[in-house]
Amino acid sequence: MTQPAPSAQHHGPEKGTVPGPAAAPPSKQGGGPRALGLRVDVRNLSLLGVLAVLIAVGGITEPDAFLDTGNLQLILTQSSVIGVVTVGVTFVIISGGIDLSVGAMVALASVWATTLATQEYGFAGILFTAVVVGLAAGLVNGLLISYGGMVPFIATLAMLASARGLALQITDGKTQIVTVQSVLDLGLPDSYVLGIPPLVLVFAAVTVAGWLILNRTTFGRRTVAVGGNAEAARLAGIDVRRQRLYLYLLSGLCCGIAAFMLVILSGSGQNTNGNLYELDAIAAAIIGGTLLSGGRGTIVGSVLGVLVFTTITNIFALNNLQSDVQQIAKGAIIVAAVLVQRRTLRGGET
Amino acid sequence: MAPEPPLLTMSGITKSFPGVRALDGVDLEVVAGEVHCLLGQNGAGKSTLIKVLAGAHQPDGGTITWGGEPVRLTSPITAMRLGIATIYQELDLVEGLSVAENVFLGHEPTSAGFVVRTREARTRAAALLRRLGHPEIDPARPVGDLSAAHQQIVSMARALSHDVRLIVMDEPSAALDPDEVDNLFRIVDGLTADGVAVVYISHRLEEIRRIGDRVTVLKDGRAVAVGLPAKSTPTRDVVALMTGRNVEYVFPERPEPGARVGAEPVLKVEGLTRKGEFEPVDLELRPGEIVGLAGLVGSGRSEILETVYGARRPTAGRVLVDGAPLRVGSVRAAVAAGIGLAPEERKAQALLLTESVTRNVSVSSLSRFARAGWLDRGAERDAARTATRELSLRPDNPDAAVRTLSGGNQQKAVLARWLLRGCRVLLLDEPTRGVDVGARAELYAVIRRLADEGLAVLLVSSEVPEVLGLADRVLVLREGRVVHSADARELDEHRVLDLVMEGSPTS
Repeated sequence: MTQPAPSAQHHGPEKGTVPGPAAAPPSKQGGGPRALGLRVDVRNLSLLGVLAVLIAVGGITEPDAFLDTGNLQLILTQSSVIGVVTVGVTFVIISGGIDLSVGAMVALASVWATTLATQEYGFAGILFTAVVVGLAAGLVNGLLISYGGMVPFIATLAMLASARGLALQITDGKTQIVTVQSVLDLGLPDSYVLGIPPLVLVFAAVTVAGWLILNRTTFGRRTVAVGGNAEAARLAGIDVRRQRLYLYLLSGLCCGIAAFMLVILSGSGQNTNGNLYELDAIAAAIIGGTLLSGGRGTIVGSVLGVLVFTTITNIFALNNLQSDVQQIAKGAIIVAAVLVQRRTLRGGET
Repeated sequence: MAPEPPLLTMSGITKSFPGVRALDGVDLEVVAGEVHCLLGQNGAGKSTLIKVLAGAHQPDGGTITWGGEPVRLTSPITAMRLGIATIYQELDLVEGLSVAENVFLGHEPTSAGFVVRTREARTRAAALLRRLGHPEIDPARPVGDLSAAHQQIVSMARALSHDVRLIVMDEPSAALDPDEVDNLFRIVDGLTADGVAVVYISHRLEEIRRIGDRVTVLKDGRAVAVGLPAKSTPTRDVVALMTGRNVEYVFPERPEPGARVGAEPVLKVEGLTRKGEFEPVDLELRPGEIVGLAGLVGSGRSEILETVYGARRPTAGRVLVDGAPLRVGSVRAAVAAGIGLAPEERKAQALLLTESVTRNVSVSSLSRFARAGWLDRGAERDAARTATRELSLRPDNPDAAVRTLSGGNQQKAVLARWLLRGCRVLLLDEPTRGVDVGARAELYAVIRRLADEGLAVLLVSSEVPEVLGLADRVLVLREGRVVHSADARELDEHRVLDLVMEGSPTS
């Protein structure tokens, strides 16, 4: 709290909204959010540390292959699809819910967006279909949970099963090749902006939007309130059911966007797309510090969680380690991250 | 009290949590067969002390001797094996299991080590329940079906199912009606007659007078008085020890009766009914008026408030604000019309405990600080702070987590929420529950001042003096029915208690 004056002045723009009768209170108020921001940073610091260690390991074991620009682009690109899904899932988990259907929604949206009929409408048709299918599936989840009174675990488990089934029915198990060139172009190096693949830009945009929504809007505040204490939120006059509906819609929207990204990335739509995304997304959110019981979580933490997992996968692949070893390492990291968080949380408790 | 060596001696017990020194060298001495009362305000260290005694917390320093032997209570099981049982305020029963299963949870009578002998468990549970004066509780029933009072009996039966020599009871009377309290005291008498020691925690001094032998008073993690005689120490002295100053319940001055008669009622309740909970209720609330609902637990007080608020759907009747009927069963409609509720279970029903004061205060008014959903956090913070300052909420730090506030200040955070919202009708359900004696007077003054500023207040409290001291008008409830309605000045505690129990208005 005892910030030196100069650092408090960094928050000059914020002070503009404060009438500030006296000189002293505004500078004190500048210290509050700053202290809060620092605390959040500390929470994510351990993940940044893990990421740094991983990059060091990658750089040492496979210096040429790992630090190659193409490989770093690959890591970020691979993070993008699951990252967008994770942002949506993070909101749902913060609200005290869970969405097990994200992988299936990605699959369904990707195959629906790549049917021959859809592809006739070109780029816009594919994008539109992916987003609408994601939203529709999210709407069904939300309605079942908010107004049907179903437990999120069950409702989204049912969606997982039926969306996968529908995806299989649409494709008949076949890979649907995308022939729309403008879509495929977005996956090619020619489309990179300053060396950054468009998919990574989408991921970045979704992350920033997610952060802003969670931290700067009434929607985000209500999400945290519903997750922290749903009964208190209801008695405070918040429409808890509508809020939950919106949250599953948001998760569906993220899945629709991710499906479109996956279509660009793979140049096709398959009913096996997004396999086990639900587990990856939940795991990333959890190691990012989101409380599974709701009420607390950060977008930055979740995104770091995604990057950690993708980087591990990449390093292991470069070192010719099989996916079984990767899975074991992932499990170990989840356990370690949660144990560390429990420690730091308890330390910060009064 | 007795020459025999004490059953339990705790001396110089210290315990710190990050940032808090909860126990700062506490001494406690309990002899067999006595009721030893533990008194202290919230945060004085009572809970921490009994958790140390239960083996749930490890002390940082100090010694514990049990029957003359030094012991270390390293876990709840260790304490239980020695014969120390604790009945916590929040009962620790498994609702889905039967009474007998709860009683013997963790030490079930078994065959071959793992097959539970259900019939034996039930027989033995029934015997324990008989001993506790409640043979009517069926050992085979799920605990979730029982009333709070009966659940407490089950909790005690569990304690007695061990070979218990010391029972700690943490505010056992908090959720009980007077006749149930009488039964509780009979049980305590029976236990002490068998030589069992009881450590009894309560806020209610009159209970301590009735059943206590000795009193230990805690304040700020220290024992400020050890082993005072419970019956003869003057109340004034006990309160002075607890608070460090002389405090009486001070109620703010009331405006003259009839001062508000001319005003149009802001809230009207017409024939509001919820089958099985309360019968048709009519009431009118004028700006500036405080109306109290007096009644026992289960008389329908809280249910009425929550139904007015839309949190429960009435089976008949309606609620009008400024003459316009509210959509029934909708909290949002009630809030939009200017009704606010400070519920009974503050932590469970009102607060976002890990969130800041600002966020707790602003949660009902978020859209006021937002344009197209975008929050102006500076304005939010300033407005929340203005509201909390008006109520002198301490600490004056908008970023403090509500969890770290005292009970009285948590209540102020809830009131500030409705103040900020600009509500015109405030429903208060047990506003001083869990609030220190010292902080109550301040809360009373705040409530009266809000009323003077034009708020209409509907107050529910199980403490009759509180209703009589604070309200202008009082409705007395019995078994879901309004049995009497009068100016608060025309009633006294005795009369209200008569009405509450008998329900026979004679005037």
